[in-house]
Amino acid sequence: MSNNVGKVVGVSGNLLIVEFEKPVVQNEVAYAVLGDVRLKSEVIRVRGHYAELQVFEDTTGLREGDRVEFTGELLSAELGPGLLTQVFDGLQNPLPKLAEKCGFFLQRGTYLDPLPRDRAWAFTPVAKPGQTVEAGDTLGTVPEGIFRHRIMVPFALAGEWAVEEIAPAGEYPIEHPVARLRGADGATQTVTMVQRWPVKIPIRAYAERLRPTDPLTTQIRIIDTLFPVARGGTYCIPGPFGAGKTVLQQLTSRYADVDIVIVAACGERAGEVVETLREFPELIDPRTGRSLMERTLIICNTSSMPVAAREASVYTAITIAEYYRQMALNVLLLADSTSRWAQALREMSGRLEEIPGEEAFPAYLESVIAAFYERAGLVRLRDGGVGSVTIGGTVSPAGGNFEEPVTQSTLKVVGAFHGLSRERSDQRRYPAIHPLESWSKYEGVVPAEQVAVARDILQRGNDVNQMMKVVGEEGTSIEDFILYLKAEFFDAVYLQQDAYHPVDAATPPDRQRYVFERLARILRTAMKFETKDAARRFFQRLTQLVKDWNRIERSAPEFAEIERRIEAMVSEVTEYV
Amino acid sequence: MYRVYHRIERIAGNVITVQATGVGYRELAQVTSRRGTSLAQVIRIEGGRVDLQVFAGSRGVATDSQVRFLGHTMRVPFSQSLLGRVFTGSGLPRDGGPAIHENPIEIGGPSVNPAKRIIPRHMVRTGIPMIDVFNTLVESQKLPIFSVAGEPYNPLLARIALQAEVDLIILGGMGLKHDDYLFFRDTLEREGALSRSILFIHTAADPVVECLLVPDVCLAVAEQFALQNQRVLVLLTDMTNFSDALKEIAITMEQIPSNRGYPGDLYSQLAARYEKAVDFDTAGSITILAVTTMPGDDVTHPVPDNTGYITEGQFYLRNGRIEPFGSLSRLKQLVNARTREDHRTIMNTMIQLYAGYKETLEKQAMGFRMSDWDRKLLKYGRLFEEKMMDLRVNIPLEPALDLGWRILAECFDPEETAIPTKLIEKFWPKTAVTAAG
Repeated sequence: MSNNVGKVVGVSGNLLIVEFEKPVVQNEVAYAVLGDVRLKSEVIRVRGHYAELQVFEDTTGLREGDRVEFTGELLSAELGPGLLTQVFDGLQNPLPKLAEKCGFFLQRGTYLDPLPRDRAWAFTPVAKPGQTVEAGDTLGTVPEGIFRHRIMVPFALAGEWAVEEIAPAGEYPIEHPVARLRGADGATQTVTMVQRWPVKIPIRAYAERLRPTDPLTTQIRIIDTLFPVARGGTYCIPGPFGAGKTVLQQLTSRYADVDIVIVAACGERAGEVVETLREFPELIDPRTGRSLMERTLIICNTSSMPVAAREASVYTAITIAEYYRQMALNVLLLADSTSRWAQALREMSGRLEEIPGEEAFPAYLESVIAAFYERAGLVRLRDGGVGSVTIGGTVSPAGGNFEEPVTQSTLKVVGAFHGLSRERSDQRRYPAIHPLESWSKYEGVVPAEQVAVARDILQRGNDVNQMMKVVGEEGTSIEDFILYLKAEFFDAVYLQQDAYHPVDAATPPDRQRYVFERLARILRTAMKFETKDAARRFFQRLTQLVKDWNRIERSAPEFAEIERRIEAMVSEVTEYV
Repeated sequence: MYRVYHRIERIAGNVITVQATGVGYRELAQVTSRRGTSLAQVIRIEGGRVDLQVFAGSRGVATDSQVRFLGHTMRVPFSQSLLGRVFTGSGLPRDGGPAIHENPIEIGGPSVNPAKRIIPRHMVRTGIPMIDVFNTLVESQKLPIFSVAGEPYNPLLARIALQAEVDLIILGGMGLKHDDYLFFRDTLEREGALSRSILFIHTAADPVVECLLVPDVCLAVAEQFALQNQRVLVLLTDMTNFSDALKEIAITMEQIPSNRGYPGDLYSQLAARYEKAVDFDTAGSITILAVTTMPGDDVTHPVPDNTGYITEGQFYLRNGRIEPFGSLSRLKQLVNARTREDHRTIMNTMIQLYAGYKETLEKQAMGFRMSDWDRKLLKYGRLFEEKMMDLRVNIPLEPALDLGWRILAECFDPEETAIPTKLIEKFWPKTAVTAAG
């Protein structure tokens, strides 16, 4: 136990003012002692002999004069085998274990080990005695579900170390020493399977950062084809409430082509976490044939949990993501929602009586957001392996207006923007990503020149639609009207996707290429109709047929049959036949 | 045993400041002045000075009034004898009945461990097609009713209270007009539902701080009943008054306002209440329906905006009807797959066509010629509004779905609806349909 103690002199919400005597460290963890519980908190400002602490728990009952114990350690995450499949709160408390211990409610001041101490792991040594290693190099591996979890030289060790001793293959619990290292200065270091790393500092134990180029497919057509995401890239999904941000995140967590998905539910509804929590163990990952939960890790700080832990939750999540990246794995971090985290910053800033910036957000909001997204990336490790962290963050702009500080700060630092629109969700056009306003700087699964055709039709169709609102249908030429119908058709059968249909919910990349190629051909076809009503009826029928096509497994015989019927329908109206 | 103080240093708004030591954060105190005794709660401690929020307001509090700290936080009694009773926000009887003191429970307790929640599975039937068919209410859901002053949101709430299939109703009134309070009480009594109801009422004439207590008190009681395997429906009206009370206190406390004067933690404050909605693993559930009036019918106003991000959907009540656009029950997908196979299709198709009707109406208003398709949409839209949207329509889910098919068949050919062929074959009315309904 630490001997650096202070005492409480003020309480306001989750902010404590603490008088101290011995030196304290900015961002170090301290515990406020309230009877027999200890409330975790973090030093966030020091003024004279007073430190201001944000408490990660409810502060009800704290009194003036209560004892505060400083630990001298920064807020850290525990890293080691056994992280996957777990459900943590923002401070890395395993929630199911907490439920076993405390029942229905989250009792404050209860902190459990994130990783089970009694479980044994089958260790296989990789490093040889005498070998020179650096932080992040592999000493051995243990199987963790479907992965080979690397036991690495702790990231905190600077410089070169020689392996003096390494444990033989065998079953060990995580705290059992597996290696002894000797540094250049002769100091020795015992390494176990678990290490701690301060969450607010990026892990940099790699050779170099690379430019993200490979697409990360999500099986959502509008994303993979029109607004793709790259492995190691970043993207954001701003949208008003009810536009389907969370459904989109859930689908992505299910179908994304990555090794590991970390879901950081930050200040959002508990119900949504519960869905993931209860459904994922039942779902089978088509890539591995195992339960989806085996590649998933959930960090949740739902909206009713203490606000300060919200900030901790996104950092804990990104730290764990970086840890698995070091094993040459592709990790996707889904943060829902970064606005809640920004609001937590705002609440704290308000309590600290800092000078507010726009909409009372603190002035450092932008740099904090930028630093967070910069922790994504594609890296080449020292052993030549490649790992990546991709970050997808949702943003919940006040009033659905993208001109607000959080959205704007985020847009500056991400590589793709999936803007959800209230208009499209009101029309039940899901996913409600706006096809004209969104953008992406990455390459997708369909060749760019084909996509350009579709984009052009969408843009011109939209223009016609706008014009028609002024001049009416009768004032529109039939050519323009057909253009409008083509845009609507493409929207209905390709951009929209039924998230609840077993087949339509996920379209693999090769099917996307195949279907898109055919649809692009239809869009390019010049068509002739006698009347606008005839054109509308034709496209209504065609839409229905292609929608039926979307609902059929590609291997089923009907797939080819419907394709033939579509072609037959189109050839009837082609101008040059 | 109690610490008593007599020297009040500052009185501002409903907040008083005393020099005191050994006081816990959020502890309760009793303030005795010439006007009587009121409870007060500690909201800030700094350097020996303690700020207290006086529930009955600071009016009449003297600088030498007595402040007695009670050593515990706000509590509310919990027992079966609460049923059928009416209380104030501080838990005192409002109906002239005896006060209840047994089994006090603390309010604003810790949040539920997500690992102890289950995915909601049960629909709450209300007999209102705009809810049951299009935006199904699900047990443990939290839903606001977005509305403006003058809309019949309280009658709607009362109707849901009477018809909803739950075990227990807890009604929380915040800043309620006295007439509205009597309306609720009388309606519940007349229809025989008072015996399964508990009312916590703060009227517009009561001290504003009590308004802040109403949701916490309601939800603390609801939680206890839910833990005893009861399915509880909590009705709150109106959360905008609650937020305004928060704003008032925050401004008094000289907090930096974030948006239109509301405190920066408005989201967290609202979420702490709404997130009490829960379906417990191995116990009962809490469902929350809360009226949120939108000042100036503006959904981007901070209160409805923050609410929308917390709740699992929303109902828009406009022109006496639940609007199909914007209204959304996020949890409906969890239950409407198991009601009847055509439920989702009817839900989506009818709304898409109704959107088409709205566009046609605009075109018509601008004087454009109506095509055949437009005429079909116009006919459909009128039927839909009359047979489905009218709040007086009171039919169970299944007949409502049948009615949907009849309306569609009366207006359209099957392929115009983009309904999957398999469902058309099974449900599309075969014979020529006469007037729907």
